[in-house]
Amino acid sequence: MKKKLVVIGAGMASGRMLEQLFDAAPDAYEVTLFNGEPRGNYNRLMLSPVLSGEKTYEDIVTHDDDWYAANGVDCRFGEPVVKIDRKNRIVYSNKGGAPYDALVIATGSAPFIIPVVGKELPGVVTYRDLEDTHAMIDAGVAGKDAVVIGGGLLGLEAAAGMAARGAKVTVIHLMGHLMERQLDPAAGYLLQKDLEKRGIKVHCKGATKAILGTDRAEAVLLEDGTVYPADLVCMAVGIRPETRLANDAHLEVERGIVVDDAMRTSDPHIFALGECVEHRKQLFGLVAPLYDQAKVLAKTLLDEAAEFVPVQTATKLKVTGCDLFSAGDFAEGEGREDIVFRDPGRGIYKRLVLQDDRIIGVVMYGETGDGNWFYGMMKEGTDISEMRETLIFGPAFQGGSKLDPMAAVAALPPEAEICGCNGVSKGTIMAAVAGGACTLDQMRACTKASASCGTCTGLVQQVMAFAMGGEVQEAPAGMCKCTDHTHEDVRRLIKTMALKSIPAVMQELGWKTVGGCHSCRPALNYYLLAEYPLEYKDDRQSRFVNERNHANIQKDGTYSVVPRMWGGVTTPDELRAIADAADKYNVPMVKVTGGQRIDLLGVKKEDLPHMWADLNAAGMVSGAAYSKGLRTVKTCVGKEFCRVGTQDSTGLGIKLEKLMWGSWTPHKLKLGVSGCPRNCAEATCKDIGVVCVDSGYNISIGGAAGMEVKETEHLASTPSEEETIQIILAVTQLYRENGKYLDRLWKWMSKVGLDWIKAQVVDDLENRMALVERFEISQSVYRTDPWAELSTPAETPKWGPLADLTLEAAE
Amino acid sequence: MTTFVDIGALSDVPQQGARVVKTMQGCVAVFRTSDDRVFALEDRCPHKGGPLSEGIVHGDRVTCPLHNWVFDMNSGEAQGADEGMVRTYPIRVENGRILISAELMARKAA
Repeated sequence: MKKKLVVIGAGMASGRMLEQLFDAAPDAYEVTLFNGEPRGNYNRLMLSPVLSGEKTYEDIVTHDDDWYAANGVDCRFGEPVVKIDRKNRIVYSNKGGAPYDALVIATGSAPFIIPVVGKELPGVVTYRDLEDTHAMIDAGVAGKDAVVIGGGLLGLEAAAGMAARGAKVTVIHLMGHLMERQLDPAAGYLLQKDLEKRGIKVHCKGATKAILGTDRAEAVLLEDGTVYPADLVCMAVGIRPETRLANDAHLEVERGIVVDDAMRTSDPHIFALGECVEHRKQLFGLVAPLYDQAKVLAKTLLDEAAEFVPVQTATKLKVTGCDLFSAGDFAEGEGREDIVFRDPGRGIYKRLVLQDDRIIGVVMYGETGDGNWFYGMMKEGTDISEMRETLIFGPAFQGGSKLDPMAAVAALPPEAEICGCNGVSKGTIMAAVAGGACTLDQMRACTKASASCGTCTGLVQQVMAFAMGGEVQEAPAGMCKCTDHTHEDVRRLIKTMALKSIPAVMQELGWKTVGGCHSCRPALNYYLLAEYPLEYKDDRQSRFVNERNHANIQKDGTYSVVPRMWGGVTTPDELRAIADAADKYNVPMVKVTGGQRIDLLGVKKEDLPHMWADLNAAGMVSGAAYSKGLRTVKTCVGKEFCRVGTQDSTGLGIKLEKLMWGSWTPHKLKLGVSGCPRNCAEATCKDIGVVCVDSGYNISIGGAAGMEVKETEHLASTPSEEETIQIILAVTQLYRENGKYLDRLWKWMSKVGLDWIKAQVVDDLENRMALVERFEISQSVYRTDPWAELSTPAETPKWGPLADLTLEAAE
Repeated sequence: MTTFVDIGALSDVPQQGARVVKTMQGCVAVFRTSDDRVFALEDRCPHKGGPLSEGIVHGDRVTCPLHNWVFDMNSGEAQGADEGMVRTYPIRVENGRILISAELMARKAA
């Protein structure tokens, strides 16, 4: 019979321990897992990107239901354990008991609440788990005042996250500089400067006296009398091990639950790991030692000998745009020497603390690429006297042959951890390559390596290259030669760094060219207008000629003009106006388009605004036949005329076009609405198609009839025309927000998957309506006719030549 | 010595954009960069005759709107793998006015 293992707490440490256990001996234990939070293990390191909006909870789940099911774990989530009966070896939750042969306590830590007046007021939160994160998100911090008490790692991540959501954030820190446990004053100063540049106010040497407010938090009062307004107060001053259960069970507890080298508590059947333990007088907060504990405990549970030896760990701050690295001891002291490098212009500071010709501390700010090299020498205790002169400049300046990164990777043992977030070792990556994963995406899909925070991407690629025999894998291609950032990265950073102009993006993301190029500028312009529809002003000079001139350039430099015909329906008056314009401007060809409208080809540029004004006067607007945006909504006549039509397809098409015209999308967007399955409007090869049936509307997406010919795939069916419209607007907005510039809808769909799109716009009603609302906000700006704006008396002359020197010469 | 003729205000040309000047030697594209430098190039790509004045201006380069040939506006030389040359003309800004070489008023350059 299997032994019974009960685990209290589904955090990162116990999660890793279970992984190790199941890997080594899948059948050794029958596991029951209690968790106070109503969910399983997720990556707490990634709460900051959730707070800032870069990621969602789903993105940071480490173990999903399938994983627990596959390993036969009895999940008791949302059941806080209330008592441990050591005598009978039974654990009791608020709902019932579970007997154990071995018990693991992994209750983690609780945030420290400073005992000041007002700490219980609504609006005072901590920052520790998903509930806290959602509390801050739900408080709707945009435009509000937020005060973060505590300028350590956690506090600064909370501050940056709220700032990214638009809050006015003040950080109050008791000590003289930020992150004093990891940084020296100089680096703390640079960090403060960077945060202040990003709109976060920092108050050091600030002791909180009280939180003011009657019904909820309104302000924070400091000992020195300063008052900061605060709609939200986040306490992030520190954590203390959660030891209540262990205390009640009379286990040996000091500051944390005392464990020996094998992670055993004072009761031989009870083990503990994570932030709740104390090992040789030491507490643990960073993830690396917790993972070491997990390995040790998994072995202990399998009766293998293992010993936990804490090692020094390095710290990085997960705040975009703040690049810092810290490891070891950097207090000044006798016999200690410093090597310091500063470049104030670039905001760079590097300091090595030496003792007996060995590195004992590293602090770097602004440029941290060599951090791991220093850290490695620190751990190894390398004698640096030979290279002392050039040490601070890093490995590239140590003479001799340049360090071969491949050699370094080759030297790593198979169990070396490559991806810290997901605990993927070199051996796992090598095995995945052997199993056929030869691109980064495949590697992420099958091992999760580099799939969370991404800082290990380079290393993962090196290991993959090594495994594939030195064939160096390219880093993910940048969006163009101007930047190494991918489209996805740029889009994410525009959002999280609140970059609201093309120059801001280029400056902050380190564009390598002045003014970008014809490839990145239109993409940036699109991403910015999609992200900030109300604030960002469309930059015409960053658009391709057709979108800048709102007409299609032809090979001889003339243009084609296509007025909109809503749903392909026109009137005799409109046709007369089109005919008149064709006559008046000597249009060489008038052609009917595939999108059910009329194309006037061969118009001279200087005639464009005049022709537009004439067509405007007859009630017509631009058909946007040139845009990466809504083109046409092709319809059949539907039940109003057709003897087999089932719904008013023409009417629906017109409604859709009236709602969607003027919108910009990653690539062109064509719709079709057919009134019956005979599909005369060819809706099933459009980006979005509707085929009407007796019972309602079948919506399908992802069709194309260009270089690629694709049939749409079914998205949803509904009896309601209104719901049809909402789903179409929502899927359009989802594409607008997530699609890579110049990816047609089918291509985007092939990347994110139809199921994901369905979950977003069909199943999740709330999300659907939020998407519709965001589409409508954008359309409040863009549902306008560019022809009217560009054919005013002030604009019209700009379409002609600046000067005509042929006339002057003739005079 | 080159003599110059006034063709308009600097503000008549959008930053990172261009306007066309009709001359006795054909259309000339007058470009303005984001830092207010001006360039005058023959408005005709040597590849397929595309109007360079309609291209995207980035730094001191312009990309032809038809097939993305990129030209250095200082020299008129095609960049990258493409080979070709566009004629450039003397141009300058004085007191907010754009002055271009008066040779463009002559019927054909000698």
